[in-house]
Amino acid sequence: MITAMTFIIALYIFMLAAFTGYEVISRVPSILHTPLMSGSNFVHGIVVVGALTALFNASSVLEQVVGFLGVMMGAGNVVGGYVVTDRMLAMFKPSDKAAPQKGAQK
Amino acid sequence: MILLEYIVAISALIASGLLVYGLKRMSSPVTAVSGIVTAGWGMLFVTAASFLGIFSVSEAAKPHLVVNVILAILGLVIGGGWAGWKGRSVAMTAMPQMVALFNGMGGGAAAAVSVIALTGPKETGIVPLLVTVAGGLIGSMSLSGSIIAWAKLDGRMNKPIRFGGQRIINAAVFMLTVLLGIMAAFLYHQDGGGIATLLFFIGALLAGICMTVPIGGADMPVVISLYNAFTGLAVGLEGYVMADPALMIAGMVVGSAGTLLTVMMAKGMNRSISNVLFSNFGEASASTATGPQKEAKSVAAGDAATTMRYASSVIIVPGYGLAVAQAQGKLYDFVKQLQAAGVDVKFAIHPVAGRMPGHMNVLLAEAGVPYDMIYDMEDINDSFADTDVALIIGANDVVNPSARTDKSSPIYGMPILNADQARQVFVIKRGMGMGYSAVQNPLFFQDNCAMVFGDAQAVLSKMVEAVKALGTS
Repeated sequence: MITAMTFIIALYIFMLAAFTGYEVISRVPSILHTPLMSGSNFVHGIVVVGALTALFNASSVLEQVVGFLGVMMGAGNVVGGYVVTDRMLAMFKPSDKAAPQKGAQK
Repeated sequence: MILLEYIVAISALIASGLLVYGLKRMSSPVTAVSGIVTAGWGMLFVTAASFLGIFSVSEAAKPHLVVNVILAILGLVIGGGWAGWKGRSVAMTAMPQMVALFNGMGGGAAAAVSVIALTGPKETGIVPLLVTVAGGLIGSMSLSGSIIAWAKLDGRMNKPIRFGGQRIINAAVFMLTVLLGIMAAFLYHQDGGGIATLLFFIGALLAGICMTVPIGGADMPVVISLYNAFTGLAVGLEGYVMADPALMIAGMVVGSAGTLLTVMMAKGMNRSISNVLFSNFGEASASTATGPQKEAKSVAAGDAATTMRYASSVIIVPGYGLAVAQAQGKLYDFVKQLQAAGVDVKFAIHPVAGRMPGHMNVLLAEAGVPYDMIYDMEDINDSFADTDVALIIGANDVVNPSARTDKSSPIYGMPILNADQARQVFVIKRGMGMGYSAVQNPLFFQDNCAMVFGDAQAVLSKMVEAVKALGTS
């Protein structure tokens, strides 16, 4: 049973998590915006855990069907999000040589 | 069974820590790769731990447990397998719509959790039911909206759909859906509750579609980012209903991070979120191509290449056209030649180059361009004035000077790259067609600008040849 106190605690968790998300993103160079959007897309894939729990506790055909769809979509979110983010980030590497020389001969 | 519950709870705690820490590491190019791996371990850990939940299912579910576990494994394999295959095989240029699709799936999963909470036998009370309705609404809108966004970016839906009174109808659909949702929560397990729940989810899916169809393709990145934040929020809310703090934390972190990211993107295009969502971009722009048009000069690829070979500084402005032509690799070959000849080469990236902030960086990185040659708009915009050559490849709107001067232009006020201030401007373009925003670009008619017509891949090949022919001196 969810009581008033757990509701308040939930609000605290939400507030602190919101600040955390803001802080994590606020100092990001723009070159990482797309990978980071994809990365945060992966992180909310944790919903698959909720869908799994719901499916394990399913006791009717409706719950089973919806739970199955939920797990399938959640798994798609997790795996797809990971693969895409990994592919994008794998491409970031610094140049082997020093910074390109400035203002050489004309 | 108490011990088991502690194991599950502590696994979730460790996992949410790893997820947030991973996201933090992803926010710097140096640690980014290890960041996604960290987050990946967290996710694997919490998913595995959730299977311990099969030992503590409710009485009602016990007879179905075997079927449920088989369904769960099937769902994981099918969903994960499909997404993994899709994510590996898709071209880099198609990444934004893939992100949209995977994001929509997350929203759908949150909506599914909400359906079960609204129809299942587990008594929770009115507050969690209302929270579940909110999460279901946001998740469903994210699902259907993301699918529309995917279709638009994938070129399956080209024209924005707009009609008179659209905003009123959208608002009506949304209000009605909220009303149905509240009814569904209050009629939980009573007559009419099932119907209200069904209508509520249909309405929520419809609301997501209505909200997305009038938005033009150029604004889609902002919309995807917004739906990413939406899904995060929905996951967080469903986490509360499931009494799972890991979902609450991970969801809400993404909800706020995604919102901030959305604001940053919208700012990059000099538009506010409400502007993106509720105004019809480009509608009032019929009369921009007025005034006497001069003829745009054109120049052969080889001549342009020679000019750059003997310049001392070149700034390259890549746009989506470069990616479409798959010419990033060729471009980098050309850049390496210029560097070998002592030319100072930099890349200037507009915040919304490509189809998403940072998308162009990813595309260049794919071609092996080191990220320390790539500069953001703020860092490089002042350098154009003392640069010999600005080479614009497949970009248009982001270098359109009328954004600075022409108040009637729909892109007026959008920050642009000052490529027009370079001593010489070359534009590689397939023809005189207009950019994504369908606005004429006066830069092309400037005296210091010359067009190099042709497919970017072909033109760059010619340029590489031309510089090679000059030899090293």
